[in-house]
Amino acid sequence: MSKTGQDKFLLEGLANQDRNIIESIYKTYFEMISRLIIKNKGSFDDAADIFQEAMIIIYQKSLDTDFELNCQFKTYLYAVCRRLWLKRLQKNKASGLHVEEFENIVAEETDIEDHQEKQYNFELMENAMKKIGEPCKSLLEAYYIHKKPMQEIAADFKYTNADNAKTQKYKCMMRLKKLFFLEHKNKH
Amino acid sequence: MDEIFLAELVERYIRGELNETERTQFDELRKNNAEIDQLVVENLFFLNQLEEFGNTKRLKESINETVSKLISEGFITPTAPERQLNIVYLWNRYKKTIAVAASIATIVSIISASLISAFSNEKTDNIKPLVEKIKEQDDKYNKLEKKIEKINSGKANHASAEKPRLESKFRATGFIIDVNNNYLVTNAHVLNEATHKIIVENCKGEQFAAEAIYSNKTSDLAIIKITDPSFEKLSPTPYSIRKTNSDLGDAIFMLGYPKQEIVYGEGYISAKNGYQMDSVFCQLSTLANEGNSGSPVINKNGELVGVVSSKEANLDGVVFAVKSPNIYSAVNEINKSKGKNTVKITSRPILRRTDRVIQIKKIQDYIFMIKGN
Repeated sequence: MSKTGQDKFLLEGLANQDRNIIESIYKTYFEMISRLIIKNKGSFDDAADIFQEAMIIIYQKSLDTDFELNCQFKTYLYAVCRRLWLKRLQKNKASGLHVEEFENIVAEETDIEDHQEKQYNFELMENAMKKIGEPCKSLLEAYYIHKKPMQEIAADFKYTNADNAKTQKYKCMMRLKKLFFLEHKNKH
Repeated sequence: MDEIFLAELVERYIRGELNETERTQFDELRKNNAEIDQLVVENLFFLNQLEEFGNTKRLKESINETVSKLISEGFITPTAPERQLNIVYLWNRYKKTIAVAASIATIVSIISASLISAFSNEKTDNIKPLVEKIKEQDDKYNKLEKKIEKINSGKANHASAEKPRLESKFRATGFIIDVNNNYLVTNAHVLNEATHKIIVENCKGEQFAAEAIYSNKTSDLAIIKITDPSFEKLSPTPYSIRKTNSDLGDAIFMLGYPKQEIVYGEGYISAKNGYQMDSVFCQLSTLANEGNSGSPVINKNGELVGVVSSKEANLDGVVFAVKSPNIYSAVNEINKSKGKNTVKITSRPILRRTDRVIQIKKIQDYIFMIKGN
Protein backbone atom coordinates (compact mmCIF):
# COMPACT_ATOMS: atom_id res chain seq x y z
CA MET A 1 0.00 0.00 0.00
CA SER A 2 1.33 3.45 -0.82
CA LYS A 3 2.08 5.89 1.94
CA THR A 4 -0.87 8.16 1.23
CA GLY A 5 -3.07 5.13 0.70
CA GLN A 6 -2.07 3.83 4.05
CA ASP A 7 -2.70 7.17 5.76
CA LYS A 8 -6.12 7.27 4.15
CA PHE A 9 -6.73 3.80 5.48
CA LEU A 10 -5.82 4.96 9.00
CA LEU A 11 -8.14 7.97 8.74
CA GLU A 12 -11.03 5.87 7.48
CA GLY A 13 -10.46 3.32 10.19
CA LEU A 14 -10.48 6.05 12.80
CA ALA A 15 -13.65 7.56 11.35
CA ASN A 16 -15.30 4.15 11.77
CA GLN A 17 -13.75 3.74 15.22
CA ASP A 18 -12.20 0.47 14.06
CA ARG A 19 -10.53 -1.18 17.05
CA ASN A 20 -7.77 -2.77 15.01
CA ILE A 21 -6.85 0.54 13.45
CA ILE A 22 -6.86 2.28 16.84
CA GLU A 23 -4.59 -0.41 18.20
CA SER A 24 -2.30 -0.22 15.22
CA ILE A 25 -2.01 3.58 15.55
CA TYR A 26 -1.12 3.23 19.22
CA LYS A 27 1.42 0.51 18.53
CA THR A 28 3.10 2.51 15.83
CA TYR A 29 3.06 6.04 17.23
CA PHE A 30 2.53 6.05 20.97
CA GLU A 31 6.21 5.64 21.75
CA MET A 32 7.07 8.69 19.64
CA ILE A 33 4.50 10.89 21.38
CA SER A 34 5.25 9.71 24.90
CA ARG A 35 8.90 10.53 24.26
CA LEU A 36 7.92 14.04 23.23
CA ILE A 37 5.75 14.61 26.30
CA ILE A 38 8.02 12.97 28.84
CA LYS A 39 11.06 14.86 27.60
CA ASN A 40 9.11 18.07 28.03
CA LYS A 41 8.13 17.90 31.68
CA GLY A 42 5.23 15.55 31.20
CA SER A 43 4.43 12.18 32.67
CA PHE A 44 3.29 8.95 31.09
CA ASP A 45 -0.27 9.83 32.06
CA ASP A 46 0.05 13.20 30.36
CA ALA A 47 1.25 11.43 27.25
CA ALA A 48 -1.71 9.06 27.35
CA ASP A 49 -4.05 12.04 27.81
CA ILE A 50 -2.59 14.07 25.00
CA PHE A 51 -2.55 11.11 22.64
CA GLN A 52 -6.19 10.42 23.39
CA GLU A 53 -7.14 14.05 22.82
CA ALA A 54 -5.25 14.08 19.54
CA MET A 55 -7.02 10.90 18.45
CA ILE A 56 -10.36 12.54 19.17
CA ILE A 57 -9.40 15.65 17.22
CA ILE A 58 -8.29 13.61 14.24
CA TYR A 59 -11.39 11.47 14.53
CA GLN A 60 -13.62 14.53 14.42
CA LYS A 61 -11.70 15.83 11.44
CA SER A 62 -11.95 12.50 9.71
CA LEU A 63 -15.74 12.75 9.78
CA ASP A 64 -15.56 15.97 7.79
CA THR A 65 -15.75 15.04 4.13
CA ASP A 66 -13.78 18.15 3.15
CA PHE A 67 -10.89 17.22 5.38
CA GLU A 68 -7.77 16.02 3.67
CA LEU A 69 -4.36 15.29 5.09
CA ASN A 70 -1.80 17.48 3.43
CA CYS A 71 1.08 15.77 5.18
CA GLN A 72 1.78 12.32 6.56
CA PHE A 73 -0.52 10.98 9.26
CA LYS A 74 2.50 10.62 11.51
CA THR A 75 3.51 14.25 11.01
CA TYR A 76 -0.03 15.46 11.56
CA LEU A 77 -0.46 13.45 14.73
CA TYR A 78 2.87 14.70 16.01
CA ALA A 79 1.97 18.33 15.29
CA VAL A 80 -1.42 18.06 17.01
CA CYS A 81 0.08 16.43 20.08
CA ARG A 82 2.84 18.99 20.29
CA ARG A 83 0.38 21.83 20.00
CA LEU A 84 -1.91 20.35 22.64
CA TRP A 85 0.99 19.82 24.98
CA LEU A 86 2.35 23.33 24.55
CA LYS A 87 -1.12 24.69 25.22
CA ARG A 88 -1.33 22.71 28.41
CA LEU A 89 2.14 23.74 29.50
CA GLN A 90 1.26 27.35 28.92
CA LYS A 91 -1.98 26.96 30.84
CA ASN A 92 -0.11 25.45 33.76
CA LYS A 93 2.50 28.17 33.46
CA ALA A 94 4.95 25.47 34.34
CA SER A 95 7.21 26.26 31.47
CA GLY A 96 9.52 29.04 30.52
CA LEU A 97 8.32 29.00 26.96
CA HIS A 98 8.35 32.17 24.94
CA VAL A 99 5.70 33.39 22.62
CA GLU A 100 7.83 33.17 19.52
CA GLU A 101 8.08 29.47 19.99
CA PHE A 102 4.39 29.24 19.45
CA GLU A 103 4.68 31.22 16.29
CA ASN A 104 6.94 28.59 14.88
CA ILE A 105 4.09 26.21 14.58
CA VAL A 106 2.89 25.54 11.10
CA ALA A 107 -0.66 26.84 11.16
CA GLU A 108 -2.25 24.56 8.60
CA GLU A 109 -1.30 21.46 10.51
CA THR A 110 -2.68 22.36 13.85
CA ASP A 111 -6.11 23.88 13.70
CA ILE A 112 -7.16 22.59 17.07
CA GLU A 113 -9.14 25.69 18.07
CA ASP A 114 -12.58 24.50 17.07
CA HIS A 115 -11.82 21.42 19.06
CA GLN A 116 -11.85 23.47 22.24
CA GLU A 117 -15.47 24.38 21.78
CA LYS A 118 -16.30 20.75 21.11
CA GLN A 119 -14.38 19.78 24.19
CA TYR A 120 -16.35 22.36 26.18
CA ASN A 121 -19.70 21.06 24.98
CA PHE A 122 -18.55 17.54 25.67
CA GLU A 123 -17.91 18.45 29.28
CA LEU A 124 -21.32 20.14 29.61
CA MET A 125 -22.98 17.01 28.29
CA GLU A 126 -20.96 14.81 30.57
CA ASN A 127 -21.99 16.88 33.60
CA ALA A 128 -25.62 16.83 32.55
CA MET A 129 -25.38 13.06 32.10
CA LYS A 130 -24.00 12.71 35.61
CA LYS A 131 -26.91 14.62 37.09
CA ILE A 132 -29.71 12.87 35.27
CA GLY A 133 -29.69 9.72 37.41
CA GLU A 134 -30.76 6.16 36.66
CA PRO A 135 -32.27 4.56 34.71
CA CYS A 136 -32.09 7.50 32.30
CA LYS A 137 -28.30 7.57 32.29
CA SER A 138 -27.89 3.92 31.34
CA LEU A 139 -30.74 4.09 28.88
CA LEU A 140 -29.30 7.08 27.03
CA GLU A 141 -25.79 5.66 27.16
CA ALA A 142 -26.98 2.39 25.68
CA TYR A 143 -28.62 4.24 22.81
CA TYR A 144 -26.27 7.14 22.07
CA ILE A 145 -22.89 5.75 23.13
CA HIS A 146 -23.12 2.05 22.54
CA LYS A 147 -25.58 2.38 19.66
CA LYS A 148 -27.65 -0.54 20.79
CA PRO A 149 -30.89 -1.16 18.87
CA MET A 150 -34.11 -0.26 20.68
CA GLN A 151 -35.27 -3.90 20.90
CA GLU A 152 -32.12 -4.90 22.72
CA ILE A 153 -32.40 -1.95 25.08
CA ALA A 154 -36.02 -2.82 25.82
CA ALA A 155 -34.98 -6.36 26.71
CA ASP A 156 -32.01 -5.20 28.82
CA PHE A 157 -34.11 -2.75 30.78
CA LYS A 158 -37.08 -5.11 31.03
CA TYR A 159 -39.53 -2.95 29.11
CA THR A 160 -42.42 -4.91 27.69
CA ASN A 161 -41.74 -3.65 24.17
CA ALA A 162 -39.46 -1.43 22.14
CA ASP A 163 -42.06 1.33 21.83
CA ASN A 164 -42.27 1.78 25.59
CA ALA A 165 -38.52 1.91 25.81
CA LYS A 166 -38.49 4.45 23.04
CA THR A 167 -41.00 6.70 24.80
CA GLN A 168 -38.94 6.41 27.98
CA LYS A 169 -35.80 7.27 26.03
CA TYR A 170 -37.40 10.44 24.68
CA LYS A 171 -38.58 11.43 28.16
CA CYS A 172 -35.04 10.96 29.43
CA MET A 173 -33.72 12.91 26.52
CA MET A 174 -35.99 15.86 27.30
CA ARG A 175 -34.70 15.87 30.85
CA LEU A 176 -31.14 15.69 29.68
CA LYS A 177 -31.80 18.58 27.33
CA LYS A 178 -33.02 20.76 30.17
CA LEU A 179 -29.98 19.86 32.29
CA PHE A 180 -27.65 20.49 29.37
CA PHE A 181 -29.00 23.98 28.69
CA LEU A 182 -28.94 24.70 32.40
CA GLU A 183 -25.24 23.77 32.50
CA HIS A 184 -24.76 25.95 29.46
CA LYS A 185 -26.41 28.93 31.16
CA ASN A 186 -24.50 28.48 34.42
CA LYS A 187 -21.17 28.45 32.64
CA HIS A 188 -21.83 31.64 30.75
CA MET B 1 -47.89 19.58 19.87
CA ASP B 2 -46.44 16.77 21.87
CA GLU B 3 -42.87 17.57 22.79
CA ILE B 4 -41.79 13.96 22.63
CA PHE B 5 -43.26 13.57 19.20
CA LEU B 6 -41.37 16.64 18.08
CA ALA B 7 -38.12 15.36 19.54
CA GLU B 8 -38.54 12.12 17.66
CA LEU B 9 -39.30 13.98 14.48
CA VAL B 10 -36.20 16.12 14.82
CA GLU B 11 -34.04 13.09 15.56
CA ARG B 12 -35.30 11.29 12.51
CA TYR B 13 -34.79 14.48 10.50
CA ILE B 14 -31.12 14.67 11.56
CA ARG B 15 -30.56 11.06 10.66
CA GLY B 16 -32.21 11.55 7.29
CA GLU B 17 -34.94 9.06 8.11
CA LEU B 18 -37.91 11.22 7.11
CA ASN B 19 -39.65 10.38 3.86
CA GLU B 20 -40.55 13.08 1.39
CA THR B 21 -44.11 13.82 2.62
CA GLU B 22 -42.96 13.87 6.22
CA ARG B 23 -40.22 16.25 5.27
CA THR B 24 -42.56 18.65 3.52
CA GLN B 25 -44.92 18.54 6.47
CA PHE B 26 -42.04 19.13 8.83
CA ASP B 27 -40.78 22.15 6.86
CA GLU B 28 -44.32 23.49 6.60
CA LEU B 29 -44.81 23.16 10.35
CA ARG B 30 -41.62 25.08 11.08
CA LYS B 31 -42.52 27.85 8.67
CA ASN B 32 -46.00 28.39 10.10
CA ASN B 33 -45.25 28.15 13.77
CA ALA B 34 -42.42 30.25 15.17
CA GLU B 35 -42.63 28.55 18.53
CA ILE B 36 -42.19 25.12 17.04
CA ASP B 37 -39.41 26.40 14.84
CA GLN B 38 -37.59 27.62 17.93
CA LEU B 39 -38.06 24.22 19.55
CA VAL B 40 -36.74 22.49 16.44
CA VAL B 41 -33.63 24.65 16.38
CA GLU B 42 -33.05 23.94 20.04
CA ASN B 43 -33.56 20.22 19.53
CA LEU B 44 -31.31 20.22 16.48
CA PHE B 45 -28.50 21.79 18.43
CA PHE B 46 -28.98 19.52 21.39
CA LEU B 47 -29.29 16.32 19.42
CA ASN B 48 -26.20 17.11 17.41
CA GLN B 49 -24.36 17.64 20.68
CA LEU B 50 -25.71 14.41 22.03
CA GLU B 51 -24.73 12.42 18.94
CA GLU B 52 -21.26 13.89 19.05
CA PHE B 53 -20.99 13.22 22.76
CA GLY B 54 -21.97 9.61 22.22
CA ASN B 55 -19.45 9.10 19.42
CA THR B 56 -16.61 10.75 21.32
CA LYS B 57 -17.44 8.85 24.46
CA ARG B 58 -17.46 5.58 22.54
CA LEU B 59 -14.09 6.40 20.97
CA LYS B 60 -12.67 7.23 24.40
CA GLU B 61 -13.84 3.90 25.71
CA SER B 62 -12.26 2.06 22.78
CA ILE B 63 -9.02 3.96 23.32
CA ASN B 64 -8.93 3.25 27.04
CA GLU B 65 -9.51 -0.42 26.44
CA THR B 66 -6.85 -0.49 23.74
CA VAL B 67 -4.31 1.23 25.97
CA SER B 68 -4.92 -1.14 28.88
CA LYS B 69 -4.65 -4.06 26.52
CA LEU B 70 -1.37 -2.80 25.07
CA ILE B 71 0.03 -2.12 28.53
CA SER B 72 -0.85 -5.60 29.71
CA GLU B 73 0.69 -7.08 26.57
CA GLY B 74 3.84 -5.05 27.11
CA PHE B 75 3.61 -2.97 23.94
CA ILE B 76 3.34 0.20 25.97
CA THR B 77 5.35 0.68 29.13
CA PRO B 78 4.40 3.37 31.62
CA THR B 79 7.59 5.22 32.40
CA ALA B 80 8.62 7.66 35.07
CA PRO B 81 8.99 11.31 34.03
CA GLU B 82 12.46 12.66 33.42
CA ARG B 83 13.70 15.48 35.53
CA GLN B 84 14.95 18.91 34.53
CA LEU B 85 15.58 19.04 30.85
CA ASN B 86 16.34 22.02 28.79
CA ILE B 87 13.11 22.60 27.01
CA VAL B 88 14.34 25.14 24.48
CA TYR B 89 17.07 22.85 23.36
CA LEU B 90 14.72 19.95 23.02
CA TRP B 91 12.28 22.07 21.19
CA ASN B 92 14.83 22.78 18.50
CA ARG B 93 15.62 19.18 18.20
CA TYR B 94 11.98 18.26 17.80
CA LYS B 95 11.60 20.63 14.94
CA LYS B 96 14.37 18.78 13.26
CA THR B 97 12.68 15.51 14.02
CA ILE B 98 9.57 16.69 12.29
CA ALA B 99 11.50 17.64 9.22
CA VAL B 100 13.04 14.21 9.25
CA ALA B 101 9.69 12.60 9.82
CA ALA B 102 8.27 14.46 6.89
CA SER B 103 11.09 13.77 4.51
CA ILE B 104 12.23 10.28 5.20
CA ALA B 105 10.13 7.59 3.71
CA THR B 106 9.80 5.42 6.71
CA ILE B 107 6.19 4.50 6.95
CA VAL B 108 5.97 0.85 7.64
CA SER B 109 3.09 -1.22 6.45
CA ILE B 110 0.45 -1.69 9.11
CA ILE B 111 0.53 -5.42 8.97
CA SER B 112 4.22 -5.74 9.57
CA ALA B 113 4.41 -2.45 11.47
CA SER B 114 7.67 -2.71 13.29
CA LEU B 115 7.18 -1.85 16.88
CA ILE B 116 9.21 0.90 18.36
CA SER B 117 10.57 -0.95 21.32
CA ALA B 118 9.20 0.37 24.56
CA PHE B 119 12.51 0.96 26.16
CA SER B 120 13.30 3.65 28.61
CA ASN B 121 17.01 3.77 28.69
CA GLU B 122 17.91 6.00 31.59
CA LYS B 123 20.76 7.58 29.73
CA THR B 124 18.69 8.83 26.86
CA ASP B 125 15.66 7.98 24.85
CA ASN B 126 17.19 8.96 21.58
CA ILE B 127 19.20 5.86 21.22
CA LYS B 128 17.57 2.59 20.80
CA PRO B 129 18.88 -0.70 22.13
CA LEU B 130 18.93 -3.34 19.47
CA VAL B 131 17.48 -6.25 21.32
CA GLU B 132 14.37 -7.54 19.65
CA LYS B 133 11.33 -8.15 21.76
CA ILE B 134 9.47 -10.99 20.20
CA LYS B 135 5.84 -10.41 19.56
CA GLU B 136 3.33 -13.16 19.86
CA GLN B 137 2.80 -13.23 16.15
CA ASP B 138 6.51 -13.61 15.48
CA ASP B 139 6.72 -16.33 17.98
CA LYS B 140 4.10 -18.30 16.19
CA TYR B 141 6.08 -17.81 13.05
CA ASN B 142 9.20 -18.94 14.82
CA LYS B 143 7.49 -22.03 16.04
CA LEU B 144 6.41 -22.83 12.54
CA GLU B 145 9.94 -22.30 11.34
CA LYS B 146 11.18 -24.61 14.04
CA LYS B 147 8.64 -27.24 13.19
CA ILE B 148 9.82 -27.31 9.61
CA GLU B 149 13.36 -27.43 10.82
CA LYS B 150 12.60 -30.33 13.12
CA ILE B 151 10.94 -32.27 10.37
CA ASN B 152 13.97 -31.77 8.19
CA SER B 153 16.55 -32.72 10.73
CA GLY B 154 14.33 -34.78 12.98
CA LYS B 155 15.87 -38.16 12.35
CA ALA B 156 19.45 -37.08 12.38
CA ASN B 157 19.18 -35.04 15.52
CA HIS B 158 16.59 -36.77 17.56
CA ALA B 159 17.85 -35.90 21.01
CA SER B 160 17.89 -32.16 20.58
CA ALA B 161 14.60 -32.17 18.74
CA GLU B 162 12.96 -33.66 21.77
CA LYS B 163 14.34 -31.14 24.21
CA PRO B 164 11.58 -28.70 25.15
CA ARG B 165 12.15 -25.39 23.42
CA LEU B 166 12.03 -22.14 25.28
CA GLU B 167 9.31 -19.58 24.59
CA SER B 168 11.42 -16.51 24.22
CA LYS B 169 10.47 -12.91 24.93
CA PHE B 170 13.33 -11.40 23.00
CA ARG B 171 16.18 -12.12 20.65
CA ALA B 172 19.67 -10.68 20.60
CA THR B 173 23.15 -11.81 19.63
CA GLY B 174 26.22 -12.97 21.53
CA PHE B 175 29.61 -14.47 20.69
CA ILE B 176 32.04 -16.89 22.31
CA ILE B 177 35.20 -15.50 23.90
CA ASP B 178 36.29 -18.49 25.97
CA VAL B 179 35.85 -21.92 24.41
CA ASN B 180 37.22 -23.80 27.43
CA ASN B 181 34.56 -22.56 29.79
CA ASN B 182 31.98 -21.57 27.18
CA TYR B 183 31.68 -17.87 27.97
CA LEU B 184 29.87 -15.51 25.67
CA VAL B 185 29.72 -11.75 25.45
CA THR B 186 26.50 -9.85 24.85
CA ASN B 187 24.96 -6.54 25.97
CA ALA B 188 23.91 -5.78 29.52
CA HIS B 189 20.59 -4.35 28.33
CA VAL B 190 19.79 -7.68 26.72
CA LEU B 191 19.83 -9.35 30.10
CA ASN B 192 17.38 -6.79 31.47
CA GLU B 193 14.84 -8.60 29.36
CA ALA B 194 15.57 -12.01 30.81
CA THR B 195 13.95 -12.42 34.18
CA HIS B 196 13.76 -16.18 34.31
CA LYS B 197 15.89 -18.08 31.89
CA ILE B 198 18.55 -17.42 29.32
CA ILE B 199 19.31 -19.73 26.47
CA VAL B 200 21.60 -19.50 23.50
CA GLU B 201 20.82 -20.89 20.11
CA ASN B 202 23.38 -21.67 17.42
CA CYS B 203 22.93 -21.23 13.71
CA LYS B 204 21.68 -24.81 13.43
CA GLY B 205 18.78 -23.99 15.74
CA GLU B 206 20.05 -26.00 18.70
CA GLN B 207 19.31 -24.42 22.06
CA PHE B 208 21.45 -24.57 25.17
CA ALA B 209 20.79 -23.33 28.68
CA ALA B 210 22.99 -20.48 29.89
CA GLU B 211 23.35 -18.19 32.85
CA ALA B 212 24.54 -14.65 33.35
CA ILE B 213 27.69 -14.20 35.36
CA TYR B 214 28.49 -10.54 34.77
CA SER B 215 26.69 -7.42 33.68
CA ASN B 216 27.84 -3.81 33.55
CA LYS B 217 25.41 -1.06 32.67
CA THR B 218 28.04 1.58 31.94
CA SER B 219 29.87 -0.46 29.36
CA ASP B 220 26.65 -2.23 28.39
CA LEU B 221 28.52 -5.52 28.41
CA ALA B 222 27.43 -8.81 29.90
CA ILE B 223 29.08 -12.18 30.04
CA ILE B 224 27.08 -15.36 30.11
CA LYS B 225 28.12 -18.98 30.44
CA ILE B 226 26.63 -21.91 28.57
CA THR B 227 25.82 -24.36 31.33
CA ASP B 228 24.06 -26.97 29.25
CA PRO B 229 25.90 -30.32 29.51
CA SER B 230 24.91 -31.21 25.97
CA PHE B 231 26.89 -28.30 24.55
CA GLU B 232 29.99 -29.51 22.76
CA LYS B 233 33.19 -27.54 23.10
CA LEU B 234 34.25 -25.56 20.10
CA SER B 235 37.80 -25.22 18.83
CA PRO B 236 39.52 -21.93 19.79
CA THR B 237 37.80 -18.79 18.58
CA PRO B 238 38.98 -17.82 15.11
CA TYR B 239 38.97 -14.09 15.91
CA SER B 240 41.16 -12.16 18.30
CA ILE B 241 39.83 -9.30 20.39
CA ARG B 242 41.53 -6.01 19.72
CA LYS B 243 43.17 -4.46 22.77
CA THR B 244 43.33 -0.90 21.46
CA ASN B 245 40.74 1.36 19.87
CA SER B 246 40.27 1.13 16.13
CA ASP B 247 40.97 3.86 13.66
CA LEU B 248 38.47 6.13 12.02
CA GLY B 249 37.42 4.80 8.65
CA ASP B 250 38.32 1.18 9.37
CA ALA B 251 36.14 -1.13 7.36
CA ILE B 252 34.15 -3.50 9.53
CA PHE B 253 31.57 -6.22 9.22
CA MET B 254 29.07 -7.69 11.64
CA LEU B 255 27.24 -10.95 12.06
CA GLY B 256 24.09 -11.07 14.13
CA TYR B 257 20.53 -12.24 14.46
CA PRO B 258 18.15 -9.44 13.54
CA LYS B 259 16.04 -12.35 12.35
CA GLN B 260 15.82 -16.07 12.97
CA GLU B 261 18.92 -16.63 10.85
CA ILE B 262 22.36 -15.13 10.89
CA VAL B 263 22.68 -11.88 8.95
CA TYR B 264 25.81 -10.26 7.59
CA GLY B 265 26.29 -6.52 7.43
CA GLU B 266 29.17 -4.20 6.68
CA GLY B 267 30.21 -0.61 7.22
CA TYR B 268 33.00 1.49 8.69
CA ILE B 269 33.95 3.22 11.90
CA SER B 270 32.55 6.71 11.50
CA ALA B 271 33.39 8.32 14.85
CA LYS B 272 35.59 7.49 17.79
CA ASN B 273 32.96 8.18 20.41
CA GLY B 274 29.37 7.18 20.87
CA TYR B 275 26.19 9.06 21.57
CA GLN B 276 26.85 12.36 23.34
CA MET B 277 30.60 11.69 23.20
CA ASP B 278 30.36 8.60 25.35
CA SER B 279 33.87 7.17 25.14
CA VAL B 280 32.82 3.63 25.96
CA PHE B 281 31.31 3.43 22.51
CA CYS B 282 32.35 4.16 18.97
CA GLN B 283 30.06 5.07 16.12
CA LEU B 284 29.58 2.92 13.08
CA SER B 285 28.10 3.77 9.78
CA THR B 286 26.11 0.67 8.98
CA LEU B 287 22.61 -0.69 9.28
CA ALA B 288 21.53 -2.61 12.32
CA ASN B 289 18.17 -3.70 13.62
CA GLU B 290 16.53 -5.09 16.69
CA GLY B 291 18.21 -8.38 17.43
CA ASN B 292 21.64 -7.05 16.52
CA SER B 293 22.44 -6.15 20.11
CA GLY B 294 25.58 -8.07 21.06
CA SER B 295 26.71 -8.65 17.47
CA PRO B 296 30.47 -8.78 17.07
CA VAL B 297 32.02 -6.00 14.97
CA ILE B 298 35.02 -7.40 13.14
CA ASN B 299 37.62 -5.70 10.97
CA LYS B 300 39.15 -7.01 7.78
CA ASN B 301 41.94 -8.76 9.66
CA GLY B 302 39.47 -10.79 11.64
CA GLU B 303 40.00 -8.78 14.78
CA LEU B 304 36.96 -8.17 16.91
CA VAL B 305 36.81 -4.42 17.47
CA GLY B 306 33.42 -3.88 19.09
CA VAL B 307 30.02 -5.10 20.17
CA VAL B 308 26.88 -3.59 18.61
CA SER B 309 24.70 -2.01 21.26
CA SER B 310 22.28 0.61 20.00
CA LYS B 311 21.40 2.98 17.22
CA GLU B 312 20.10 6.48 16.90
CA ALA B 313 16.37 6.21 17.19
CA ASN B 314 15.60 8.81 14.57
CA LEU B 315 18.38 8.21 12.10
CA ASP B 316 19.14 5.18 10.09
CA GLY B 317 22.76 4.19 9.67
CA VAL B 318 24.08 5.56 12.94
CA VAL B 319 24.97 2.59 15.12
CA PHE B 320 26.87 2.55 18.39
CA ALA B 321 29.15 -0.26 19.44
CA VAL B 322 31.04 -0.92 22.67
CA LYS B 323 34.76 -0.66 21.95
CA SER B 324 36.59 -3.96 22.29
CA PRO B 325 39.05 -2.95 25.08
CA ASN B 326 35.99 -2.89 27.36
CA ILE B 327 35.74 -6.65 26.95
CA TYR B 328 39.17 -7.00 28.53
CA SER B 329 38.11 -4.74 31.39
CA ALA B 330 35.04 -6.88 31.94
CA VAL B 331 37.09 -10.08 31.94
CA ASN B 332 39.57 -8.54 34.40
CA GLU B 333 36.76 -7.55 36.71
CA ILE B 334 35.37 -11.08 36.73
CA ASN B 335 38.77 -12.62 37.31
CA LYS B 336 39.42 -10.24 40.16
CA SER B 337 36.25 -11.14 41.96
CA LYS B 338 35.94 -14.80 41.08
CA GLY B 339 39.55 -15.88 40.95
CA LYS B 340 42.29 -15.82 38.37
CA ASN B 341 41.57 -17.34 35.00
CA THR B 342 37.84 -17.75 35.56
CA VAL B 343 37.45 -16.35 32.08
CA LYS B 344 40.29 -16.69 29.66
CA ILE B 345 39.93 -15.21 26.23
CA THR B 346 40.86 -17.95 23.82
CA SER B 347 41.74 -17.05 20.31
CA ARG B 348 43.69 -18.43 17.48
CA PRO B 349 43.48 -15.68 14.93
CA ILE B 350 43.44 -17.41 11.60
CA LEU B 351 41.43 -14.97 9.60
CA ARG B 352 44.02 -12.48 8.45
CA ARG B 353 44.12 -12.11 4.69
CA THR B 354 41.34 -14.60 4.29
CA ASP B 355 38.51 -14.28 1.88
CA ARG B 356 35.41 -12.75 3.52
CA VAL B 357 33.20 -15.73 2.73
CA ILE B 358 35.65 -18.04 4.47
CA GLN B 359 35.95 -15.66 7.40
CA ILE B 360 32.21 -15.75 7.85
CA LYS B 361 32.07 -19.52 7.59
CA LYS B 362 34.67 -19.84 10.31
CA ILE B 363 33.12 -17.23 12.57
CA GLN B 364 29.43 -18.06 12.40
CA ASP B 365 29.66 -21.13 14.62
CA TYR B 366 30.79 -18.85 17.44
CA ILE B 367 27.87 -16.48 17.18
CA PHE B 368 24.71 -17.32 19.04
CA MET B 369 21.22 -16.03 19.39
CA ILE B 370 20.54 -14.97 22.95
CA LYS B 371 16.99 -15.67 24.00
CA GLY B 372 15.16 -15.85 27.25
CA ASN B 373 12.09 -15.08 29.21
